Amino acid sequence: MIEHSEALEHTAALEHTAPHVHRDDEGSKMGMWLFLFTELLLFGGMFLLYGAYRFEYAEGFKVAAADMNTFIGAINTILLLTSSLSVALSIAAIQQNQKKLCLSLLWFTLLCGLAFLVNKYFEWSHEIHNGIYPGGPALENMSNGEILYFGLYYVMTGLHGLHVVVGMIFIGFVMVFISRDKITSTNFQKLENAGLYWHLVDVIWIFLFPLFYLLH
Amino acid sequence: MADTIAAHEVSYLEYEGKHKGILGWVLSTDHKRIGLLYLSAIMVFFFVAMTLGILMRLEMLTPGETIMKPQTYNSIFTLHGVIMVFLFIIPAIPAVFGNFIMPIQIGAKDVAFPRLNLFSWYLYMTGATLAIISLFTGGGAADTGWTFYVPYSVRSAQNVSFTTLAAFVLGFSTIVTGLNFIVTIHRLRAPGMTWFRMPLFAWGLYATSWIQVLATPVIGITLFLIILERLLGVGVFDPALGGDPILYQHMFWIYSHPAVYIMILPAMGVVSEILPTFARKDIFGYKQIAISSLGIALIGYLVWGHHMFVSGMSDTARIVFSLLTFLVAIPTGVKIFNWVATLYKGSIKFSAPFYYVLAFIFIFSIGGLTGLVLGALATDIHVTDTYFVVAHFHYVMFGGMGIMFFATMHFWFPKMFGKMYNEKIAVIACTIIIVGFNVLYFPMFIMGYMGMPRRYYDYLPHLQGWHILSTVGSWILVGGIVFMFGNLLYALLKGPKAAQNPWGGTTLEWRVSSPPTVENFDEIPVVTGGPYVHDKPTYIMHPSKELVHQDGDKSKKEKVTH
Amino acid sequence: MSEQTHEHTAENHSHTVGYGTYVMVWLGLVALTAITVTVAGMHLGSLTLIAALMIACIKTTLVAYYFMHVKFDNMVIKVFIMVCLLIFLTFWILTFSDLSFR
Repeated sequence: MIEHSEALEHTAALEHTAPHVHRDDEGSKMGMWLFLFTELLLFGGMFLLYGAYRFEYAEGFKVAAADMNTFIGAINTILLLTSSLSVALSIAAIQQNQKKLCLSLLWFTLLCGLAFLVNKYFEWSHEIHNGIYPGGPALENMSNGEILYFGLYYVMTGLHGLHVVVGMIFIGFVMVFISRDKITSTNFQKLENAGLYWHLVDVIWIFLFPLFYLLH
Repeated sequence: MADTIAAHEVSYLEYEGKHKGILGWVLSTDHKRIGLLYLSAIMVFFFVAMTLGILMRLEMLTPGETIMKPQTYNSIFTLHGVIMVFLFIIPAIPAVFGNFIMPIQIGAKDVAFPRLNLFSWYLYMTGATLAIISLFTGGGAADTGWTFYVPYSVRSAQNVSFTTLAAFVLGFSTIVTGLNFIVTIHRLRAPGMTWFRMPLFAWGLYATSWIQVLATPVIGITLFLIILERLLGVGVFDPALGGDPILYQHMFWIYSHPAVYIMILPAMGVVSEILPTFARKDIFGYKQIAISSLGIALIGYLVWGHHMFVSGMSDTARIVFSLLTFLVAIPTGVKIFNWVATLYKGSIKFSAPFYYVLAFIFIFSIGGLTGLVLGALATDIHVTDTYFVVAHFHYVMFGGMGIMFFATMHFWFPKMFGKMYNEKIAVIACTIIIVGFNVLYFPMFIMGYMGMPRRYYDYLPHLQGWHILSTVGSWILVGGIVFMFGNLLYALLKGPKAAQNPWGGTTLEWRVSSPPTVENFDEIPVVTGGPYVHDKPTYIMHPSKELVHQDGDKSKKEKVTH
Repeated sequence: MSEQTHEHTAENHSHTVGYGTYVMVWLGLVALTAITVTVAGMHLGSLTLIAALMIACIKTTLVAYYFMHVKFDNMVIKVFIMVCLLIFLTFWILTFSDLSFR
């Protein structure tokens, strides 16, 4: 909106009265965290459902989980953890004014995200090929516990995958800002915020992994 | 870019910035204009939902068919609930008055994220549009009741997906508003305004915003799962595939109970503004009222199971939830007693907003006390899912939040529009509303006790007398409401100019012009005391002029910086 | 009391975490992942779930504390997170007060 006139500079000694277009990094961070809480609770609702159904159908869940590929799951976990590292490193890089390093690290993050999604694609294709999907033929021979397991699997990993895509887009935008010097070593809250979002996506997977892949 | 001088002198209503005409409104990031954008939309939807209510009561004049088929009736009460809950009661006070007044009250020029604020309005309009579209596509609006219980919501042939999608999008609007307010209140309070010098309206909004942020996502995922269930047959809520319908109810009410506190806390915040103003006395127990807002928000998360006493929940859960439900009466009682104590030995100036607040306290108390009947397991078994419940929630939601919405409109009308309404008509309209309200809803307590189930299209003949009485009440009520809005509309177009501070209010919004300028303040004020002090000013409106003149009184300057 | 500090750069970003620290945290995370996979293959029955969840919590704490910078953040952010987790916990406890006793 509107820049302030000189009259306001007068009150600078009394401070706190920043011009209307003031930059508030702490407030921006706060806002991002609040948004992360909504995402946490969105997934939290599904984790609650998982907990409830696992409690009720312990056997069915075990049987269904045997189908999961622990190796791919573990690889995906490592991918996301590493991508979290690269995002954190990119912030350290921009703080030290190393723009090129920062951007390289972010490219690497995107690469990890992409690899994660590719893995997911293969996993899902395999299951779908075997007729294991909501409304699919294989489910007709399954117990309720198994059906619910796969239902939750698809919804939760699907929604998570969607958030990986969103996170990658977010990071993409931030990379554009960095290359245009809109994000600098003294003005990088946007990068931090993108990083926060990405770490949340990682944290959700940290819980999804043991719950779906390590049930035996 | 407009020049600075214009922004300081011209009212927000007349200001012309980068965009002209209507674009200057729908693309505005000014919290005041956004508040009015919300007001226009909310008013339209309130009238739509009110009309649906009138139609419902017309149908219930006789057992069996009166003016519509049973299927239509089911869709109408569903839509009445969806529109009233998601498009009116939840957003009304926060999105209109929270947006407009709160930043001024805390001495800020706008909210923390003005563009996000505008985005929240677009989300609201999108959700609203989806709700309307659901009426005309795929078999018509959902007929499940606004609670969308499974398994019927998964099986119903009606357009449940569209209606739930609308609610999902509206949830996002709520979340964005709540997030914005939390950051605004943390970061943008004027210098000297400590937490315990903040107006109680802001406290109410702060507590509300936390509920909006933490509870809404749960219904988001729940409704999303309903849509997935209908489209893909995932199985999470379908009993045929092992799903648990009671789990759906848990997840639905985990949000929808805290939602009622989203509805009432801002309203209670306004009560805490109106009473000290018209009693011309400091509020009694400021700290207790502020903390009780947080208390209600917190306990509100713990009681959702009281909507599920007959669902098939375990006995343990029923006892736990019943006990927790009684606890919420404590912080609520704290407020009511403190409000009454505020009036004691006050110098009371009677006026329409004050009158509405008195009505609120009376009506909301009835609603609250009947909540105890519902919260106690033994009595709930008898009255659950009857008209008793319908009466209870209309007393607290409509008689509570609704009446306070009317009060709030009258209270801040002169500030927002710079015009004054006709006081006599406002009071008469209020009286008609109070009478109509009680004639409409009180018989429902009796009907419920006598066994009239809720959401039923048909009923036994011995109840007809009560139904007719109730319907007549609905006509009186609507008459009063139309009269009230007519009065305000007339004032908007042709009313006399209002003073800057017609009520003698002590909070910051009464220190700026009516209507406010675009940036609210020429300079951010400095706060030196509490918000409801009547005998001396607790704000320094032009610190650069007034404080500089205090001949190097360094202690004063230091006090100000933190 | 009023958090009106508009010193954008100095205050919150004054603490810069070195590259080394981040890598150490990452190594810890990878190690914990290896542990959790190993434990899962050990047939511990119901203990597997508890162990897995505890390890997941430790990993999350590491990610939050270091990668997300919570360790160096204002008390406000820390309180926010506690409140969110507390509310989430109550959802679990009260829902299971139903499920466990049916």
